[in-house]
Amino acid sequence: MFTIYRARRILTMNPARPEATHVAVRDGRILGAGSVAELAGWGKHQIDERFADKVLMPGLIEGHSHAMEGTFWRYVYTGYFDRMDPDGRTWPGAQSIDALIARLREASDALKDPAAPLSGWGLDPIYFGERRVSRADLDRVSAVRPVGVLHASGHILNVNTKALELAGLLRTGVSHPGVPLGADGLPTGELKGPDPMMMASSHVGFDREVLAADELGLRSFAKLCVRKGVTTAADLANLLPEDAVGMMLRVTGEDSYPARIVSLLRLQLLSGQALIERALALRVRSTERLRLGIVKLVADGSIQGFSARLRPPGYYNGAPNGLWYLPKEVLCEAYRLALKHGVQIHTHTNGDEATELVLDCVEQALRAHPSPDHRFTLQHCQLADAAQFRRMKALGMCVNLFPNHHYYWGDQHYAMTVGPERAERMNACATARDTGVPFAIHSDAPVTPLGPLFTAWCAINRRTASGRVLGMAERIGLDEALRTITLGAAYTLKLDGEVGSIEAGKRADFAVLEDDPRELGPASVKDVRIWGTVQGGRVFEAAQL
Amino acid sequence: MTSPIPVTVIGGYLGAGKTTLVNHLLRHAGGRRIAVLVNDFGALPIDADLIENREGDTLAIAGGCVCCSFGSDLVAALGKIASRDPAPDHLLIEASGVALPAAIAASVSLHPGCANDGIVVMADAETVRERAADRYLGDTIERQLREAGLVLLTKPDLVSAQARTEARAWLEKFATVIEAERGQVPIEVLLGLGSSLLSGTASARHPSYDSVAFEALPPLDVARLAAALADPALGILRAKGVLLDLSGTPRAVHVVGRRSEICDAPSGAAGRLVCIGLRGRLDRARLAAEITPHAAAAW
Repeated sequence: MFTIYRARRILTMNPARPEATHVAVRDGRILGAGSVAELAGWGKHQIDERFADKVLMPGLIEGHSHAMEGTFWRYVYTGYFDRMDPDGRTWPGAQSIDALIARLREASDALKDPAAPLSGWGLDPIYFGERRVSRADLDRVSAVRPVGVLHASGHILNVNTKALELAGLLRTGVSHPGVPLGADGLPTGELKGPDPMMMASSHVGFDREVLAADELGLRSFAKLCVRKGVTTAADLANLLPEDAVGMMLRVTGEDSYPARIVSLLRLQLLSGQALIERALALRVRSTERLRLGIVKLVADGSIQGFSARLRPPGYYNGAPNGLWYLPKEVLCEAYRLALKHGVQIHTHTNGDEATELVLDCVEQALRAHPSPDHRFTLQHCQLADAAQFRRMKALGMCVNLFPNHHYYWGDQHYAMTVGPERAERMNACATARDTGVPFAIHSDAPVTPLGPLFTAWCAINRRTASGRVLGMAERIGLDEALRTITLGAAYTLKLDGEVGSIEAGKRADFAVLEDDPRELGPASVKDVRIWGTVQGGRVFEAAQL
Repeated sequence: MTSPIPVTVIGGYLGAGKTTLVNHLLRHAGGRRIAVLVNDFGALPIDADLIENREGDTLAIAGGCVCCSFGSDLVAALGKIASRDPAPDHLLIEASGVALPAAIAASVSLHPGCANDGIVVMADAETVRERAADRYLGDTIERQLREAGLVLLTKPDLVSAQARTEARAWLEKFATVIEAERGQVPIEVLLGLGSSLLSGTASARHPSYDSVAFEALPPLDVARLAAALADPALGILRAKGVLLDLSGTPRAVHVVGRRSEICDAPSGAAGRLVCIGLRGRLDRARLAAEITPHAAAAW
């Protein structure tokens, strides 16, 4: 006995039969997509009509996010843009400092313990003009409890006076470039960069241990996946300590867990050899819904934080070049050993100089260990130029670009970070396609919201928040974008034989849509309403989560 | 509160000799309890014969020293070190090869239990010029050197005399340079002059180094003297003192190479200054001449 689902339309991503009306599922796998007559040949079946007025796509694949997005929702959302939480509630953006204070004060008033910390996340004061958030602002939330708000970038924390005091920073004489001082010689409450943030983060409730391996967060993250039509999501940088692996295996192994998580092992304090051994040991513990064994390296910082490594002519506003996060010897050794042992590596490069260095190192490693189909992937790779895409192609690399940046920070990239010409070149999807580099697109959630259909809209339209089209020539079409958020992302994770299209033998992973993306068209694809998902043949309705 | 732990940040690219230096300092700790924080990839780089015990991610080392690694959380690691009982006498932070040591020092300054005691950047005589010309690394290498109080030129014996002179001259553009074969430098030069040295027993025991101590100095213009001590012509590698300023307030003075710093000093014995330099380069006469007029102004 198996099930045949009837749908209004099925967009299969299988070029041999791009559309169908029915899909047959048995034991979590697809028997085929076609007409009911074709599928009935498989034997005894039942027809399921629940999707009769829905549109099915392959389950969407988020190729670069962080399960921490689920964790953040236990804190108060204070971002500028509207955002949906794991329970389906859309929080309106806090579009002024007063709105931010009001949102936090409401949450503060709801807390019984007057000394309990309160924390928010998603703040993006770039939209408040020159005005920075200060401790005086957050003191209006509470002068008694420690209050902290993490910026959308994740690289700045604003705290109130009480939190500064608890952190031992409410004093004169603090001399740190990441700790701006007010006219009174005391810190303003803005803490930039990991070390200043770390001084205060535990006092405002951002506990590192919790953020590292958070069961509730992993559950919340999967709920968000269902709401966004995502059936497979990459959790791109996890230190994967043994207790976290155990928790993740247990949680994703539950019958009701609705997503497949691909968790990448981030390098920290390991030699190249130990890193590869750990990756190999993790790989064999992979399960249907938890995939392990890919390695993540980070070569540089971020463009909006001016810590990305840029080639000449450097930053548009004259900021000094950014930082290397790993020495080139470490990168080269990791690639060499990974190729030797058949381990895949994804590398974060934001600036084009970081991309160039990684290309050099991979080229060198490939000379030592020629490896067909290694699928080493550049993550973000926002500033790559055409020549670098040609090198990626020649070296057999993939790229996962970050078009959401155009919408959220494109105006700042244009005016401040890299200037007009390179802002238009950023996240060059059309160049990737034309060069033949396999590519995906991503949200980097929680940096920007999870939602591959929104990310597709960004790649198609390249509009900034102010409405500027940033790089007409790099726009891609709707069909290409839909393929990119399914098969494209699957390819970078080496899962394209298993998921990413609706065809015989693949996992029964579907995004169940109320609207047809093709009917809504390229300008409105972000507005497609999502009913839920089918994951491994199990049906998850967002409204019932 | 106990006095903060002095912290030396050791920077420099891969292979410059940071690990050799750390082991040398642990071997010649001279009774100091040294704590070492490393941020590197792989096993903790401590010579096996120095390790007494391993407690989790912390190595216990002969003579009451310890070594642990930190990943992305330097602040937590500093807290752990500062709360050790007994507290270490000195903390060495071995920066990763691409780290900018001044950024680490800035973070150290956030911690009330720690006080910066200088940045030492290692430069390998064989490779430093080549690294500084590398298209990817050059600016990082130069930034590291520019942030140094002292640059330690390592492996000088492995290059020709001419190459050694050239490397040295080039490095002098950035900071005061000392040479070390196999990390062999007296501990006082690198770790500063601890309180024991201020009790009048200062001596740089290494034959290549010289030291001079001044006692019972009267109140003087501390800011002007500190600036004068940082003049390379005096040949001072390190100086430390507690001096009375013209209002009679005790002020602590630290000099590391060409950098000087003045901060509040605990009340107590003041009017002492110890200076260390290379034998033959430390200009005792000029040093005395520098101190006298500053002091004379108050007499």
